[in-house]
Amino acid sequence: MSTNALTCTAVSVDFDGFKAVNGVDLTLERGEVHFLIGPNGAGKTTLVDAITGLTKYAGSVVKDGVELRGRKVHHIARRGIGRTFQTAQVFEQLTVAQNLDIAAGAARPALSLLRRRTALPEHVVAVMDQIGLARHAQTPAGILAHGQKQWLEIGMLLVGDADVLLLDEPIAGMGQAERDTTGRLLHDIAQTRAVAVVEHDMDFMRAFASRVTVLHAGAVLATGSVDEVTNDPRVQEVYLGAAHEQETADAATA
Amino acid sequence: MSKFFSTRAGAWAGFGAAALVLFGAAPLVLSGFRLGLLAQFLCYAIVAVGIGLAWGRGGMLTLGQGVFFGMGAYLMAMHLKMADAEFRGGAGAVPDFMELAGIRELPAYWVPFASPVFTIAMILVLPTAFAVLLGFAVFKRRVKGAYFAILSQALAGAFAILLIGQQSMGGFNGLSRFRYFFGYNLDDPVNQQMLYFIAAGVLLVVVAVALQLRRSRYGELLVAVRDAEERVRFLGYDAANIKVVAYATAALFASVAGAIFVPVVGIISPASIGIVPSIMFILGVAIGGRASLVGPVVGALAVAWAQTALSEQFPSAWTYAQGLLFIVVIALLPGGIASIAAATKRFRKEPATAEAPA
Repeated sequence: MSTNALTCTAVSVDFDGFKAVNGVDLTLERGEVHFLIGPNGAGKTTLVDAITGLTKYAGSVVKDGVELRGRKVHHIARRGIGRTFQTAQVFEQLTVAQNLDIAAGAARPALSLLRRRTALPEHVVAVMDQIGLARHAQTPAGILAHGQKQWLEIGMLLVGDADVLLLDEPIAGMGQAERDTTGRLLHDIAQTRAVAVVEHDMDFMRAFASRVTVLHAGAVLATGSVDEVTNDPRVQEVYLGAAHEQETADAATA
Repeated sequence: MSKFFSTRAGAWAGFGAAALVLFGAAPLVLSGFRLGLLAQFLCYAIVAVGIGLAWGRGGMLTLGQGVFFGMGAYLMAMHLKMADAEFRGGAGAVPDFMELAGIRELPAYWVPFASPVFTIAMILVLPTAFAVLLGFAVFKRRVKGAYFAILSQALAGAFAILLIGQQSMGGFNGLSRFRYFFGYNLDDPVNQQMLYFIAAGVLLVVVAVALQLRRSRYGELLVAVRDAEERVRFLGYDAANIKVVAYATAALFASVAGAIFVPVVGIISPASIGIVPSIMFILGVAIGGRASLVGPVVGALAVAWAQTALSEQFPSAWTYAQGLLFIVVIALLPGGIASIAAATKRFRKEPATAEAPA
């Protein structure tokens, strides 16, 4: 297995003349938690939409040697690219176990679906443990806590054998303990997979990013390690400026 | 109680009880006329089970089930008219209504309906295939919600208008005066009772099929598509295929119901398959509880029974009662009759929790 899981080359998304994404090159590698940051409107989510087939784009997205442009959403998902949404989308009326079982079953033969589920597949049980929801197997997903829903959604990608995970603000609205748990979970699952995280939270990024790409106005501004990116003057100017000044002020008073 | 019926033994017990009522009690208690009415209501209930699947579980508001009901009904009616004509005038004879309309030559598309096997095959295949084609065309383009509802309702209207214009299909008056049903005389009370038993048996089968679909992995997937279609697609499923299966199953149920309706009632006309009857189907399901298994059956039977009873007593009151019923259910019981148990439980609980802190 090569470490290079997903390669985007010159990806551009044009909304009636407005370039939401403008010639982005991006490489996601297995073993990395790759953060995509940038101010509002930088094109982070639009890029994820493009990769997953929701939005039309120019350029090229290749996973394991296969071009994905022009394929349907469910075909791209079957090639092992999973995504989550800013607000967790789980099947609220169904239990945690049912949610995961559905997520694990996209490759099941059609006729086998007409039978009743007798037992949960082993890897589904394992993932339920990993995301910390083993006790909630029979809980309807709709009454889970906010953070648990996010974990469930990540778990749904894991049981579906996605090896490129695109997570859109997975810690939005989480408390500190939940954030740390999520961060550790991300590193855990990134051991054999490529994980990309769209995020606003700088502390979370510093704590858990293996690599960072900064988007600004639809284009890549900088890419590299956390230190490289945070020390890049252009990045500080467009995005980290305020926070950076705040930090220097904090350091001065300390 | 609802817990018990969701177990395997409970399901068998439920079916046993329903069979006992339908096959044992009803024929003993009801007169021949009332039993015929019940058979007609059971046909509506068969349609309702399909709507419960497509709408309640799959989220597709099928406002035009009259199309599939009408297809099944007209296909069966064509066979019955052919059989009658053959009985009167030998092979190749023209059905009576065509003679009256001045049609001397049997239209070519009528000829194969002399065969009972061909007719039954068509009743099962034609509406289902039509639903599959239509479903693919609509769901692949991600037409849903109100747009889908309007589309299906327009289809029901168009189908009725199309039939009104066809003299060789009976036009506005439709097809009626059937004498034989696969060789059985329809005037004989014994045979009328047999038709009732067929309707009751088919209803039980249809409910069993719906139950299996609900409990299967497919059933879980269908609910998932209803609640978050996009999510399902991003998990690698083609959501359109999942919806087409439920839609086509509902069409098949409606078609079979229409085919039984014709010998039971003795007439099928555009008025029984257009927009108004299609809305009546939906109304029963909404009142009964669209997401539950038995709710649509109960709702369809209740609405049909209320309509008959009220029209007998106060001919003009039914329309108002119908509107009132609909408003009450939507406003107070969005889950329909099937949710009464849960609603009363909640109602009883509330005072208890209010007292607890005191």
